[in-house]
Amino acid sequence: MTETAETVTPANGTGGAGRALDALSLVPKATAKQSMKDFKSDQEVRWCPGCGDYAVLSAVQGFMPELGLAKENIVFVSGIGCSSRFPYYMNTYGMHSIHGRAPAIATGLASSRPDLSVWVVTGDGDALSIGGNHLIHALRRNVNLKILLFNNRIYGLTKGQYSPTSEVGKITKSTPMGSLDTPFNPVSLALGAEASFVARTVDSDRKHLTSVLREAAAHPGTALVEIYQNCNIFNDGAFEVLKDREQAENAVIRLEHGRPIRFGTGGAMGVVRDPVTGDLAVAPVTPANESQVVVHDAHNPSPTTAFALSRLADPDTLHHTPIGVFRSVDRPVYDRLMSEQLDTAVEQQGKGDLAALFAGGDTWTVVG
Amino acid sequence: MTSQVSSPAGQAAGTAAGDRPTQLPHEPGDKEVRRLDRVIIRFAGDSGDGMQLTGDRFTSETASFGNDLATLPNFPAEIRAPAGTLPGVSSFQLHFADHDILTPGDAPNVLVAMNPAALKANIADLPRGAEIIVNTDEFTKRAMAKVGYETSPLEDGSLDGYRVHPVPLGTLTVEALKDFDLSRKDADRSKNMFALGLLSWMYNRPTEGTERFLAAKFAKKPEIAEANLTAFRAGWNFGETTEDFAVSYEVAPASTAFPPGTYRNISGNLALAYGLVAASRQADLPLYLGSYPITPASDILHELSRHKNFGVRTFQAEDEIAGIGAALGAAFGGSLGVTTTSGPGVALKSETIGLAVSLELPLLIIDIQRGGPSTGLPTKTEQADLLQAMYGRNGEAPVPVVAPQTPADCFDAALEAARIALTYRTPVFLLSDGYLANGSEPWRIPEVDELPELGVQFAQAPNHVLEDGTEAFWPYKRDPETLARPWAIPGTPGLEHRIGGIEKQDGTGNISYDPANHDYMVRTRQAKIDGIEVPDVAVDDPTGEARLLVLGWGSTYGPITAAVRRLRSAGEHIAQAHLRHLNPFPGNLGEVLKRYDKIVVPEMNLGQLSTLVRARYLVDARSYTQVRGLPFKAEQLATALKEALDD
Repeated sequence: MTETAETVTPANGTGGAGRALDALSLVPKATAKQSMKDFKSDQEVRWCPGCGDYAVLSAVQGFMPELGLAKENIVFVSGIGCSSRFPYYMNTYGMHSIHGRAPAIATGLASSRPDLSVWVVTGDGDALSIGGNHLIHALRRNVNLKILLFNNRIYGLTKGQYSPTSEVGKITKSTPMGSLDTPFNPVSLALGAEASFVARTVDSDRKHLTSVLREAAAHPGTALVEIYQNCNIFNDGAFEVLKDREQAENAVIRLEHGRPIRFGTGGAMGVVRDPVTGDLAVAPVTPANESQVVVHDAHNPSPTTAFALSRLADPDTLHHTPIGVFRSVDRPVYDRLMSEQLDTAVEQQGKGDLAALFAGGDTWTVVG
Repeated sequence: MTSQVSSPAGQAAGTAAGDRPTQLPHEPGDKEVRRLDRVIIRFAGDSGDGMQLTGDRFTSETASFGNDLATLPNFPAEIRAPAGTLPGVSSFQLHFADHDILTPGDAPNVLVAMNPAALKANIADLPRGAEIIVNTDEFTKRAMAKVGYETSPLEDGSLDGYRVHPVPLGTLTVEALKDFDLSRKDADRSKNMFALGLLSWMYNRPTEGTERFLAAKFAKKPEIAEANLTAFRAGWNFGETTEDFAVSYEVAPASTAFPPGTYRNISGNLALAYGLVAASRQADLPLYLGSYPITPASDILHELSRHKNFGVRTFQAEDEIAGIGAALGAAFGGSLGVTTTSGPGVALKSETIGLAVSLELPLLIIDIQRGGPSTGLPTKTEQADLLQAMYGRNGEAPVPVVAPQTPADCFDAALEAARIALTYRTPVFLLSDGYLANGSEPWRIPEVDELPELGVQFAQAPNHVLEDGTEAFWPYKRDPETLARPWAIPGTPGLEHRIGGIEKQDGTGNISYDPANHDYMVRTRQAKIDGIEVPDVAVDDPTGEARLLVLGWGSTYGPITAAVRRLRSAGEHIAQAHLRHLNPFPGNLGEVLKRYDKIVVPEMNLGQLSTLVRARYLVDARSYTQVRGLPFKAEQLATALKEALDD
């Protein structure tokens, strides 16, 4: 890993640029300059008009040429749900699989083909409900996957039931008296599952979304990117507080590596550590406490502070929602370890010889 | 248990040579040596007594001596069931002979009973006159009471009619090991090796293999290795010197039963693992196993994980679904994708198998069947997943099904399953079972250049010209012969495409909800499977006068064939056919079935194959079934078939 100059520049400075070389070093490069058009398939996009998925698709298609990878070595794998139609719209290799299983299928693909850049597109129901098991295990293994989790806090494709990220009391078709389930916080969940890279962004903020994608792409191992995405049919305005300029100023906490975590008008608010409990809290910044404002360190080997940051947001109002890269640490990558074991086995035992394998153990010969 | 019904001409003069030891380690002395043509031995003890290891070693000695053999390990699902109880009894039965044999045998000639529970659990299977070697040390009042013996069966006359050898195995072992720095308890653990030594003397087995095995197994604990060797030799010497064992036996090598070649003993799961490695080599594709541990399939995962130097990737997934998911993902990337499991795992994998049907990618689903439903009998055998393999998916989702018939045949079945998967771009079921998986028999080691060629051609270029003259790649444009679609793997420039589980338009593979297209695609997927080329089923009907055909599939091959032989030697005319391919059926099956007045289908289920053939061919196939978690006994089948003949 060298800090070589690269064309990609991380927007929030977690040092992703240099790592791109390492993360994607086994993926062949494009031979010609690419444009956004190269990544659009000939299929008509069939999301509802006004769906947040359009913005994410456009951002991804616009960002792909920046990676400069051979298009044929990029694969998008999805599960089931509105967002899982995504692969059909990317002019790369792709698989629209079955509900919840995309991380498992992508694990097989990525761990057998280190020359591929494999992306998983999933939603809150797909990844956190039916596919929760596969998600946490992909994260702990640190397979070379980039997981885009479109979180709209609702089931869209089945027409509006509550999801595992819906707020308690959510009135939906299946919960006319309000949902009883405590929601998952996907960032907290991912951190608890030993994820090496966890970020959150918002569909409508293309610049921020692109900067997070850039860092995720550069990350060696599994990257989980939670994308708050508006379902304008069944859960319209779910993230309005984070999008409306006036409200967002006090609701959104932008995490930038190496910088004090401050937000609000003129940075009036900050994240400080409670000296008694060690927990994080939001407080007005004063000359007295200014030096105690937490400086964001995405590379901290301990996930403790990242987890505390993930708990700041109020699950009901979304006030104090951090966005950006919570955690980005280096950890051995599963598929490379797997390849290395194969190489080691050849070194130790020699390349496999079928005849020798069959004749292992006690043999006897019958002469004709 | 070779699959040959008769030896080729000229084999009668065949001799066993090569690695086979020609000298016994000890001279039998002046004791009488009797010749036998076959023997069935059952070792039985507590789950912790090492009966499976003892049986395995005796089997290896027997295999290297050149006998034909078949084995039946039978053990509880609990790793260490409560000691001394009936449910805790673990046994290993071995049938070996100087001629070719087909089953592990119905009734043991010799029972080695390590405790009262082992005696009680197995005595009913022993014919009068059988020999019983009992470990008298364990026949304490308390141990006998635990299994309901109010008086000692060794003294109350209940074993009259058997030839009982009371041997204090534990005491003798501890005495033999008194010079070792071992506790009494530790020394007692080697009593299975003492028993093995005694039996090895009784049957004049070569011992070098076991000595090598013990030295290697305990290489890091030379003291333990030496103690086990000492116990093993003490057991041999005990047989040779004590007067209680007046006779030893010889079972000559089955030299005429085997075609020339080099042989080894092999279990079904090992043969299957080797078959998968061979298929990967013959197809020139890396092998990718996605699997979740489950009895009785886990040994395939264990075995394949040892062969990474063949480019084999093994992935122990978080669950059954992820196991097959990863295998399918690897198949999309150009690997030979395999998942191994048992019935409950198949149930979990069903949705992904349906996806593989829709994606039309090669994938092997290895189901080592066990007793069901639900958790059922994890360590026992059954054939009750046939209909699950055939129909256990939503929608019309045809999947080819192949089944091995003997442990060694698992090797060939794996290659055949791979051939179908790769040629037709489809998931394929291989239905083995617990009996084949853990049972073993001699295997003629194939020459590598005899193995079938399985080479595949990935798509490299566009395969379609659009109306405007531009070239395109259509992922569902089929080969007109096989109806297989092209396999274009990521990394191939210009062939970028998307596939998925939603119904797709013929040719382009684009999402399509068009009614006529769906009808066409459903029928086309079915036609592809129906059109798979499989060899005709062979009928064994030596006189041509049989009116009754016995039809089987899978592991019932041994018992059925043994039963048919018995009937024929009693002068009956009976025909036999055994199916390797359950889907599609061989093209001649309908014609074969119509040739016979009576058809009997023995199965270890409640009649699944007979249901299929009745529905398909409108024939009165009669079912003969058993679901006891154990293979059929040849005698029992012979009786049932005789009744059908006389009916």
